[in-house]
Amino acid sequence: MKIFFAFIRKEFWHVLRDRRSLVILLGMPVVMMLIFGFALSNEVKNSAVAVLDFAGDEVSGEILHRLEASRYFEVTHRLNRFEELEDLFRENKVRLGLIFPPGLKADLSGEAEVQLIGNAVDPNSTNTSMQYLRAIIADYQEELWGNSELPFQIDLSYRMLYNPQLESSYNFVPGVMSLILMLLGTMMTSVSIVREKELGTMEVLLVSPMRPVLVIISKAVPYLVLCFIDVLIILLLAYTVLDMPLRGNLFLLLAMSILFIITTLALGLLISTMVDSQQVAMFLSLVGFLMPALVFGGFMFPIENMPWVLQVISNVVPTRWFFEILKNIMVKGLGFEYIFKQAMILGGMTLFFLLLALQKFKIRLM
Amino acid sequence: MTDIWSIQAHELTKKFGAFTAVDRISFKVKQGEIFGFLGANGAGKTTAIRILCGLLTPSSGNATVAGFDVYRERDKIKASIGYMSQKFSLYPNLTARENMTFYAGVYGMKRKEIKDKVNSLMEHLGVTEYGDTEVKDLPLGWKQKIAFSTAIIHEPKIVFLDEPTGGVDPIARRQFWEMIYEAANRGITVFVTTHYMDEAEYCDRVSIMVDGAIVVIDQPSALKEKFSVDSMDSVFIQLARGSQRRE
Repeated sequence: MKIFFAFIRKEFWHVLRDRRSLVILLGMPVVMMLIFGFALSNEVKNSAVAVLDFAGDEVSGEILHRLEASRYFEVTHRLNRFEELEDLFRENKVRLGLIFPPGLKADLSGEAEVQLIGNAVDPNSTNTSMQYLRAIIADYQEELWGNSELPFQIDLSYRMLYNPQLESSYNFVPGVMSLILMLLGTMMTSVSIVREKELGTMEVLLVSPMRPVLVIISKAVPYLVLCFIDVLIILLLAYTVLDMPLRGNLFLLLAMSILFIITTLALGLLISTMVDSQQVAMFLSLVGFLMPALVFGGFMFPIENMPWVLQVISNVVPTRWFFEILKNIMVKGLGFEYIFKQAMILGGMTLFFLLLALQKFKIRLM
Repeated sequence: MTDIWSIQAHELTKKFGAFTAVDRISFKVKQGEIFGFLGANGAGKTTAIRILCGLLTPSSGNATVAGFDVYRERDKIKASIGYMSQKFSLYPNLTARENMTFYAGVYGMKRKEIKDKVNSLMEHLGVTEYGDTEVKDLPLGWKQKIAFSTAIIHEPKIVFLDEPTGGVDPIARRQFWEMIYEAANRGITVFVTTHYMDEAEYCDRVSIMVDGAIVVIDQPSALKEKFSVDSMDSVFIQLARGSQRRE
C-alpha cells in the first residue's frame, strides 16, 4: 500500500508539472461548454431572404413586416424579376426566396398561394428556416381566420415533454460530457503508459517488486480523479451558466460518471498494450475511439435515423449508453431502474476491456 | 555457501518456439564481483538478464539470484536486485530528488529513511545544488550517475546494468566506473553488459556469449593471454566472428 501511494504521488507530480496538459485537462471542458452554450447552436438565425413581391398589397406587406421583426430572418434583397433570384441563389447570397403572386389579397377568399424557394445546398439549416417561415405565415393566417367566421376549425395543441423551451443545452451538456470523458480518459491514460515504455521506466518498474497490475492501477488513478473533476466542472457550468436543471439524483449521476470514466480508462489501457509510441496511442484514441463516439454517440446524429447496420454498430460504442444514462438522469429525472440496462451494458463492456487489457499486458511481459 | 555466490546458473535455457535464445548457460558470480556479460547484439544477453531479474521463466536449467530460485522466488529476487537500463530510465520532468524518492518508494523504503538516503546520495554525488532541477535539463553524464544511484538506492545485493554507458563521453564513463567500483567495494555485486571493450577490461571477470551460449568465461587478462592478443577488443572479435546469427 505504501508503494502504491509512492507511485500515485509521482503520477501527480507528473500531471501537476506538465502545465500544458493540465490546462488542456481542466480547460477543455470549460471551453467546450461555453462554445456549445453560446457560440454553436442548432437554431438558424438571420437567414438572408430575397423577396419578389408581385402583389405589393397589405397582405404581402404584413407578412414581410413579421419577417423583418423575427430574429430568424433578414430581408436582404427586394427583387423585380425572377432571374435575379436565380442569380442570388447561384452566388449563395440568400437562403430563401419568397414570391408573392399578383393579386394576393384578392385570392385570400379563395386559394392564395405564396411560393417559397430554398437553397438546399445546406439542407438542414434551410429546412429549419423554412419551418420558421411556415410558422410565421401560419400565425398570420390564424389571425385572419380569427376575424372571419369559419364553419369549423381544428385546434392543435401540443406540449414538449421534459424540455418545453427546446433548450439545446439539454442535449449538448450530456453530449459534451460523454465526449470529453471519452477523449481525456482514453488518450491521457494510453499516452501516459506508453510514455513510460518509451522512457524505459516501465522496464525498471517491472523489475521492481511492485506488481504489474498495481503499476497499471496506479497509472489510472490520477486520471480517474482528473476526469471526475472535469465532470464536476461541467455540471457546475451547466447548472450555473446554462441554467440546466438536474432533475435526477446527483449521486446516481456521479456514480454513473465514475463507471464511464473507468470504461474509458480501460480503453486507454487496452490501447497502451497494443502500441509502443505516444503518437500512435494518441492517433488511435482520436480515430479509433473519439470518432465513433462522435458519430454513434447519439449526440450529433440521431441513432434511430441510421440504417440498421449502423444502428447495430452503435451498440458497441460505450458513449452511446452513457449519453442515454445522462439524459435519463439529468433531463428526465429517472431513477436507477430506468438506466439499469444501460448501466449493465456499460459495466459489462468495462469488465471485458479491463480483462482483455490485463491479459495483453501479461503476455507482453513474458 | 549461498552467501558468497550472488548468482549461480546451471544449464539455463530459454526457448521461444523453435528458437533457442539462451542455450544451456552455466556460470557463477561472487558477491562483490564486477561481472562483465558480453556478447554481440542478438546473442541472448537481454533474455538471460530478464530471466535473472525475474521477468521471464526459463525453459529448463536452474539458477539462483541472491540465493533465490528463478522459478519460485521471483518476488524475492526482485526485492534484492537493482536494475539500470541503457535508457537510464529517469522521468525527465521530475527532479533528481523526486526520481530518487519515487524509486526508493517503489522498493518500499520508509519515508524518513528515503529522505536521509536521498540527501546523503546527492551530497555524495555532488549534485545537491541541481537536486531540484528537472532531469531533462541535466547533462547526460549526470543523468547516468543519478540513474545508477537510483538503481542502488535500496542497497540491493546485486545490481544489473544493461549497457549503462551508451552515448556518454569518455571522462564521464571513467567517473561512472569509479562509482561501480565503489559499489562493488561495499559488497554489491555488479552484473554489467557493455559494447565497449575497454570497459570489459575493468571487470573482474567476463563471459562472452555467442549465439545463445557462453563460449568463454574468465578474467580479462587470462582471456587475452589465452588468445594471445593485447586487448579484449581482439578477443571479442575473434569469438563473435564465428556467430551464425547475424542481424
